Amino acid sequence: MVEWHVHDSLTVEAIPVLTAEDFRMAVANAVDQGARLVAFFAAPTVGGATRLYAILAWDGRSCLQALATDPGFGYPSLTPICPQAHWFEREIFEVHGITPHNHPWLKPIRFHDRQDGGERPAPCVTEYFTVHGSEVHEVAVGPVHAGIIEPGHFRFQCLGETVLHLEISLGYQHRGIEAQLPGGPDRRTIHFMETAAGDTTMGHTWAHCAALEAIAGVRPSPRAQAIRAIALELERLANHTGDLGALALDMGFLPTSSFCGRLRGDFLNMTALVCGNRFGRGLVRPGGVVWDIEPERAQELLRRVRTTVRDVRGAVRLFLESSMARNRLENTGALAVEHAVRLGLVGPAARACGVVRDDRWSYPQPDVPLPAGTPATGEGGDLLARAMVRAQEIETSAALVERLLQELPHGPLLLPMPKLPPQRMAVSLIEAWRGEVCHVVATDGEGRFAWYKVVDPSFHNWFGLTMVLRGTEISDFPLCNKSFNLSYCGHDL
Amino acid sequence: MLRVLAERWRQKMRTIDFPRNHPPLSDRFRGRPLLQPERCAGPGCGTCTAVCPSGAIGTDASGLFLDLGRCLFCGACSAACPKGVISWSDDFRMAARRREDLVLRGGPPPGLFPLEKERRQLFARSLRLRQVSAGGCMACEADLNVLTTVVFDLGRFGIDFVASPRHGDGVAVTGPVTRNMRDALLWTLEATPEPRVVVAVGACAISGGIYRGLPETADGATELLPVDLFIPGCPPHPLTILHGLLGMLGRLSTGEAG
Ligand code: SF4
Repeated sequence: MVEWHVHDSLTVEAIPVLTAEDFRMAVANAVDQGARLVAFFAAPTVGGATRLYAILAWDGRSCLQALATDPGFGYPSLTPICPQAHWFEREIFEVHGITPHNHPWLKPIRFHDRQDGGERPAPCVTEYFTVHGSEVHEVAVGPVHAGIIEPGHFRFQCLGETVLHLEISLGYQHRGIEAQLPGGPDRRTIHFMETAAGDTTMGHTWAHCAALEAIAGVRPSPRAQAIRAIALELERLANHTGDLGALALDMGFLPTSSFCGRLRGDFLNMTALVCGNRFGRGLVRPGGVVWDIEPERAQELLRRVRTTVRDVRGAVRLFLESSMARNRLENTGALAVEHAVRLGLVGPAARACGVVRDDRWSYPQPDVPLPAGTPATGEGGDLLARAMVRAQEIETSAALVERLLQELPHGPLLLPMPKLPPQRMAVSLIEAWRGEVCHVVATDGEGRFAWYKVVDPSFHNWFGLTMVLRGTEISDFPLCNKSFNLSYCGHDL
Repeated sequence: MLRVLAERWRQKMRTIDFPRNHPPLSDRFRGRPLLQPERCAGPGCGTCTAVCPSGAIGTDASGLFLDLGRCLFCGACSAACPKGVISWSDDFRMAARRREDLVLRGGPPPGLFPLEKERRQLFARSLRLRQVSAGGCMACEADLNVLTTVVFDLGRFGIDFVASPRHGDGVAVTGPVTRNMRDALLWTLEATPEPRVVVAVGACAISGGIYRGLPETADGATELLPVDLFIPGCPPHPLTILHGLLGMLGRLSTGEAG
């Protein structure tokens, strides 16, 4: 197995190619010993064959490993011995037509054109997991949901009010981003990154730039890195605040929901103060950032962060200290820590189960200080834990933003990017607000993208929501869903 | 209860007095671009076209144009142009009722005129929209959602977003319209009673935006649905959306219509 540090690049040829069986055992053993499968995908070799790559992250040692296999048309599925692989294997099957033999539930995840030239499936028209019995009934929801949210399809198998199983079927948001990337980077690339999951613009653009910078051997200035970090934390503050407000809204706890609705916007406006766009578009480019935070702007941001966080604190305390909220959130929608670990969940959803997993600590970006303390974790993985983790992270993020604004280092904003060197590969990991964003990039003989893999945190976490619903009342679904708040477009790409 | 009231007292009343007033926007906000075509070096230059990610800017038989329906407001063109032809105003009032009104060529912007009498009378005081995201990235959706917060308080204008198309007076589309959402979008529109309105929110919904021409998308809703209101941006600022909706309903005074 080849091992490297996240900010370095390597040659694709350095990755050992094992037999399918050795590959399977090596990945499963590493995961048993604590590695995480951050990406698992198929990509073309120079010779035009299709090769499988597994990228493993060792959080404790802050290093990455990779291994590969040439599967032909099929290979023994990893999922039965390594559940973290289950969704990746379905993706590989759907995109490349390579069959993981003995995969327990092999179906499309995005419903796009088939590689084998067979008929394109209609979106989410597939065989669903069903439960039989005279009193069992099925509830189907979506693609168009009640609120202003993205489309997806949910099938509940219910016995009375109790959900026996929920199956989530996505793909409505599939725009085909990854297919557009080979041959790049070009003038469109950064905009695909900015909109891959539009509420995670900072997470994806930074992951993209970090990968390119690793390949090019460019190290952005400490000032550029600090501005990126400020914007990433503002994105987290906005979304965590919004999520807590959304939980309050779904319970009918209106004071907190209306406070948080406003406060979320105040954080977005801080991002707009930095770059003119509320979602951070136009801020991050390979080599650094486009916009500076001058002393006066830093003072204004500092003032706004302090007052806004104070108001968030007030709004969230009202909610989380009320007996009504406690009663509703505690022990509802719980996820066992073993499930979170075995499925490879990331972000607040994993941390709420007690899993210590945060890339800001494990894979810090060059010249970015660690946030104070340790990653926020919860207990029991229920709705309350997911809310509490967010509330704690709001404090940590705000403290980090304040610190960065007070001691902004010097340096140029944007370094020129050279043409990318040929035949290099890099992996980047960014802890965005939903969890880990992972980009894997490889260049061809001319230094253009040979292939490009994007893994949004939602890719890992959708199945976590499925597990949470088992044995839960169907009326708890909206709250459980909000507590994960996953991205459809980030999954569908 | 007392704590709720105390917190409410501390956090104050926050609804903005739009359309009469609005809080200051970021000094870096890129609103309606200002073009000075007389400075443009002409088709031989092509600098802006070469850097534009979405094919929004260029020259044709009538000279320089910038299509707000495709523009991402990224600023690449203004940064690259050697002649300083493009600059940015902070004017968020950019929505238009006709697709062609989004194509800027210098000169004063075309006004935003209201719906014809029948629909204006029906919807001016009460408009219920069903939102459909068809490949939207959640930014346009978020800036629609934010209109329902206390800051913008959309409800006071009689505008609301509803859960069922059967309760709606039309749809607000976001996203480039993916192949997988195309039918669901058409069926949702069909499920709203007539007469209805269609609003395209954001560059993707208007033209496909950065996703224009991709095999998995349909270049937005414009070719697919009878769009009544085009709201440019990536995403549009909430004030751009609110201004557009009120303008469509004939609820802005002449000065406010822009
Ligand atoms: S600001 Fe608009 S017109 Fe200019 S380069 Fe960007 S997308 Fe193109």
